[in-house]
Amino acid sequence: MSNSETIVDRAHPTFFKEHQNALYKSLEDKHTTVEFDSNDPLGTRMILNMGPQHPATHGVLRLLLELDGETITKSKLDIGYLHRGVEKIAENKTYQEFMPYTDRMDYLSPYSNNVALCTAVEKIVGIEVPDRAQYIRMIGCELARISSHLLWLGTMVMDTGAISMFIWTFRERERIYDIFDNFAGHRFTVSHSRIGGVNNDLTEAALAKIKHFVETFPKELKDWNKLLNKNRIFFDRNLNIGTVDSETAIKLGLTGPVIRATGIAYDIRRFEPYLHYDKVDFEVPTRLEGDNLARYYCRMEEMAESIKIIRQCLDTMPKGPIRTDNAKQSYPSKDEVYYSMEGLIHDFMMTDTGVCPPEGYECYHAIEAPKGELGYYIQSDGTGHPWRLKIKTPSTSNLQGLERALDGAMVADTVVLIGGFDPVLGEADK
Amino acid sequence: MQVPEKFNPLTAAIQALDPSGQVSVSVTRGDVQLFVPRTIIIDVLRTLRDDFGYTYLVDMVAADRFTSEDRFEVIWNLISLKDQSRIFVKTRVPEEDPSLPTSVDLWPAANWNEREAFDMMGIRFTGHPDLRRLFLPEDFEYYPLRKEFPLMGVPGSIPLPSTSPDVD
Repeated sequence: MSNSETIVDRAHPTFFKEHQNALYKSLEDKHTTVEFDSNDPLGTRMILNMGPQHPATHGVLRLLLELDGETITKSKLDIGYLHRGVEKIAENKTYQEFMPYTDRMDYLSPYSNNVALCTAVEKIVGIEVPDRAQYIRMIGCELARISSHLLWLGTMVMDTGAISMFIWTFRERERIYDIFDNFAGHRFTVSHSRIGGVNNDLTEAALAKIKHFVETFPKELKDWNKLLNKNRIFFDRNLNIGTVDSETAIKLGLTGPVIRATGIAYDIRRFEPYLHYDKVDFEVPTRLEGDNLARYYCRMEEMAESIKIIRQCLDTMPKGPIRTDNAKQSYPSKDEVYYSMEGLIHDFMMTDTGVCPPEGYECYHAIEAPKGELGYYIQSDGTGHPWRLKIKTPSTSNLQGLERALDGAMVADTVVLIGGFDPVLGEADK
Repeated sequence: MQVPEKFNPLTAAIQALDPSGQVSVSVTRGDVQLFVPRTIIIDVLRTLRDDFGYTYLVDMVAADRFTSEDRFEVIWNLISLKDQSRIFVKTRVPEEDPSLPTSVDLWPAANWNEREAFDMMGIRFTGHPDLRRLFLPEDFEYYPLRKEFPLMGVPGSIPLPSTSPDVD
C-alpha cells in the first residue's frame, strides 16, 4: 500500500456501496492512536476479506482483516447477512406463535431457545409451571447443550486439522436427534415447550433412549478426552491462542463458556436459578487461562456436568401434570379439545389471542443457553402480542469479543479462533 | 411491589445526583428498574459502575413508545457479579432529538449494543467511536423497529444484486 492511498481508495465495491465504504473506512479508523509505518517496500500489508460465504466461518460471518505478513493488525466483523428481523416479527405474533421462530435463532440448540421464551413469558404473566414439566425442560435443555457442544467440538477440532473427530461427534449428535424425535416429535426444530408447560410427556421409548444415552455417552467423552488432551498438534494450535483476561472479558460482556474460561464463574443457572437448577447438584467448570484451550476444557467438562444433571432429573422427576391446568394461561390437553366444547373454545382462544400479560408490565428473563446468557426482555401493552421483545443473544456478545481477540493474532489462527468462540450467526443476526 | 432493601443505598445515591427529583425506582416481577432523566444518565451509569459494582453490561434495549411523550426508551441491563444482582436503568428521549451520550467509555460492550439501537430505532449516541449500522447495510434509509415501519418492509428499499456479476 502506497503512502497516499487509503483502504477506501483501493476498494471498488459494486454492491451496497455506502455500506462497503463505511466498513472499509471503519477498519481504517480502528485504533487510530496506533501509528503504522506506511512504508511497505515488500508489500506485506494487505486487506483480506473473509466470508460471508466461507466454509470455515461457521455461518455467514464476514471478517475484514488488515494483515501485516501473517499477523492480523486490525480486524472488523460485518454481521447481519442472516438478519430476518425476528424482533419485528415477534411484535406481530402471539407469544406462542412466535416460539417456532426461536428454534431458528440458535439452530444448534432449539430446545434452550424455546425454554428461554416460555420462561420469560411465564415470568411476565405470572404462570406457575408443574414440576414434571420443569424437569422435562431441564432434560431437554441439557441434551441441547450437549448437542450444541458436540457440533462445536467436531467443527473446532476439524478447524485444527482433525477430520475424523467430526464424524464421531456427529454420530452422538444423531443419537440426540433420535431422542428428540421420540421426545418432542421433531428431530431438529423441536418446538416442544409450551407456555405453561411442555407439549407432551416423555414416552417410554424416549425415556429408554435418554437412559441409554446417559449410560454410553460418558465413555465416548472419555475416549475423546484421551484422544485430544495429549494431542501435540491440537495443543499447539490452541494453547495461548486468542487469550482474553478476566477484566477484558467483563468489559466486553463476553458470556457462556468464553467468560468462564477466563476464570469468572458466571452461569445463569447459578446466578439466577431458573427451572429447578437450584435443586440439582452440578459444578460450573471454569479455567483461568482464557485461551482457546481453556474454552475447550470448559465445554468438555460442561458436557459431563450436563450428563450429571440429566441423571439427577431422571431420578427425581415427580409424576404429575405436564402443563398448568388453567385454560387462561396454557393450552388445554388434546383430550379436552376433542371431547369437550369448553376445551375447544379454550384451545381456540389460546391460538387466537394467547396469554396476555398485564398492561405496562415489562421484565427480563434469561437462561443459560449453550453459548451463554440468552434473555428475553418483554414489554407488554396488555394484548396477546408483545409491544417490544428484545432478545439478548450470547453469540452477538461473543462476536464482539472475537473482534478484539483477532487483533494481533495470526491469520492461520482466525478459523480456530472462530471455532473457539463458537458463534451461531442465526442468533447473532437475529 | 417493594424495592428490596439492598437497593436502598443505591437509590439514595442516585437521587442525590438528580436535583429535579425525576428519578424513580420500581419493581416488576422481581426486576428492579431505575428511571432517570437523560440529562444525568451518564453520571448515573458511572456511579453504578464505580460505586456499586455494576461492571458487566448484559444488554441494551431500545424501545419505541409510539404516540407517547418522549417517544424512545433505552434500557441498560446491568449486573453486579459481586452482589449477584441485576438492575435495569431506563431513560427516554424525544422523537425530535433521539440522541444520548455514549456509554462505550464505561463498558466497551456497549459498542455493538448502541450500534444495534441506532440501526433498529435510529437513536444516535454522541461520542460513539464507530456508529455504523450493525445488521443492515448503510444504504438502507429506514429504522425497521420503529412502529411506523411496515412489517413487510418498504418495496425497493434494498437493491438486489444484478444477475450478471461484473455489471456495475
